[in-house]
Amino acid sequence: MTGEPPRTNEPHEVGRRDTVLRIALPVAVLALAVIAWELAVRLTNTPAYQVPVPGLVFTTLLSDWPILSASLLVTLITTFEALALAVLGGVALAILFSQSRLVEYSLYPYAVILQVTPVIAIAPVLLIYLPQPAAVLACAWIVAFFPMLANTTLGLNSVDRNLVDLFTLYGASRVQVLVHLRLPAALPHMLAGLRIAGGLSLIGAVVAEIAAGSAGAGSGLAYRIAESGYRLMIPRMFAALLLLSLAGIAIFFALSLVSHLALRRWHESALQAER
Amino acid sequence: MPASEPIVALRRVGKAFANTVALDGFDFAVREREFVSLLGPSGCGKSTALRLIAGLSAASGGAIEWRDGKKPAHGALGFVFQEPTLMPWASVFGNVHLPLKLAGLTRAAAAERVATALAGVGLAEFARAYPRELSGGMKMRVSIARALVTAPQLLLMDEPFAALDEITRFRLANDLLDLWQALGKTVVFVTHSVFESVFLSNRIVVMTPRPGRVFAEIPIDAPYPRDESFRTSPEYAGFCRRVSQALASAMASGAAP
Repeated sequence: MTGEPPRTNEPHEVGRRDTVLRIALPVAVLALAVIAWELAVRLTNTPAYQVPVPGLVFTTLLSDWPILSASLLVTLITTFEALALAVLGGVALAILFSQSRLVEYSLYPYAVILQVTPVIAIAPVLLIYLPQPAAVLACAWIVAFFPMLANTTLGLNSVDRNLVDLFTLYGASRVQVLVHLRLPAALPHMLAGLRIAGGLSLIGAVVAEIAAGSAGAGSGLAYRIAESGYRLMIPRMFAALLLLSLAGIAIFFALSLVSHLALRRWHESALQAER
Repeated sequence: MPASEPIVALRRVGKAFANTVALDGFDFAVREREFVSLLGPSGCGKSTALRLIAGLSAASGGAIEWRDGKKPAHGALGFVFQEPTLMPWASVFGNVHLPLKLAGLTRAAAAERVATALAGVGLAEFARAYPRELSGGMKMRVSIARALVTAPQLLLMDEPFAALDEITRFRLANDLLDLWQALGKTVVFVTHSVFESVFLSNRIVVMTPRPGRVFAEIPIDAPYPRDESFRTSPEYAGFCRRVSQALASAMASGAAP
C-alpha cells in the first residue's frame, strides 16, 4: 500500500514461527505415535496377523503397490465423478430453487430426506437394482450432493440488498442478476460446500464399496480392506487404510487450494496471510 | 433559482409500511441543476422519498410526476447508497463498468467512459484495485463514479458520507460540489447533518419525523464555488443557525401526534 510506513519484522517473524510450529508439532506427534505403536507391538509380541508394526505396513504398501494403486485409482475416479455430478446437480438445482419458489417448496424436502437417510442403509437397496459401479457412484453422489445444494442455496440468497436495488435501478434482467450478482456472491459458500462434498463423496464411495464387498465384484480400496480382513491379510488392510486416509487428506488440501485461488483477490476468508 | 418546470414532482405522496407511516402528504419538486437536500432525523422518511423517486419502491398514495410525463430510462438516474455497495469480487473498473454492462456495453466499448468517471472522482490510478484494497472514502468515490458513468440527469444520494470521518467527509463534499458544477447535474441529497446540507445545497427541505412531511424549505443563497473559506464564514454560521432552528421546530412538531 502506498504511504504506509514500512512494517517492522517482528509480527512477520512471530507468524513464521507459528507456521513452523503448526507443521512441526503434528509431525512430532505422528513420529511419537509410530514409535509407541512399534514398541507396543514388539514388547507384547503381538503377531502381525493381529497388529502389524508400522514398518511392515509400509513395506506391504510398497510390495502390494500394483494391486493397491489400481484400487486407489478406482476409488478416486468414483469419488471425482460423484463430486463432479454433485457440483453440477447441486448448483443447477440451487439455481432452479432461486428462480422458482414452487420448485423449491416441491423438491427441497426430498433433498433433505435423501440427506438424513443414512447412506449405509441406502447402499444395499441400490446394489440390487444397479450394477455395482453405478450403485457406488450413486451412493457417493447422494452424500456429496446435499452440501453443494444447501451451500449454493444459502449463497444465492446472501446478496447485499442494496446491490439488488442497484441492479433493479439499471433494469437488469433475471439472467443478468443471476450471472453478475447472485452467482459471484454465492461463490465463497459454493467453495465451502465443495470442500465438504469432496470429503463426503470419498466416504460415500467407501461405504458403498464396503456394502458391496461381500457381493465380490468390486475393486476399489474399501473393497480391498474388506477382502484383506476376510483373508486375514492384516498388513495389507492397514496399508489400504493408510492410502485411503492419504487420499482424503489430498482431496481436502486440493479443494482448499482451489478455494484459496478463486477467492484470494477479494474474499475475507482468503486474507488472513496479510494481517 | 431556475423557474423551469421541475424534473420530478412528488404530489401529496404517502408511503405506509406494515406498522409505520413513513411519508404522508409529502410535496416536493426538483428543478434542473438544483442541489437540494432532504434534512431530517432518522426515521423521518427521507430515504423512503429517495427510493420512491428512484422507483425502488411504490408510493401508497399521491403521484410522482416526471417532466416528460414518463419515468426516465435506466441510466438516467444515478443512486449512491449510504454504504459504498460495491461488488467485492470485481475490480474498481468492473464496479464502475456495471451500469454500462447491464445496458449491453462491453468492457472495451465502455473503457473510455469508465476512465472518465474514475478520473472525475480522482481515482484514475486505481482502476485495477479491488474494493478491499481501498479506504472508506475511496470506496465512496468509486460508488459516485459508478453513479455518474451513465451521465444521469438526476443524481440521488442517500446519506452517502454518513459513515466517513469528518476530514474525509469535507474533502468528498468539496469534490462533489466541483463535480456538480462541472457536469451541470441535478442532485437530491439525503442527510441528517445540518452543516453538510448547508455547505452543499442551494435549497434545504426540512422534514418532520413520522410521518414525514415538509416542515420548511430554506434557500441557501450563497454563491458557488463554495470552499473552505465559506465553511468558516459568518454567513455559513448564520445559515446553520436558521436551519438548526427549523430542524428543532420540526422535531417538536413531530413529537406531538
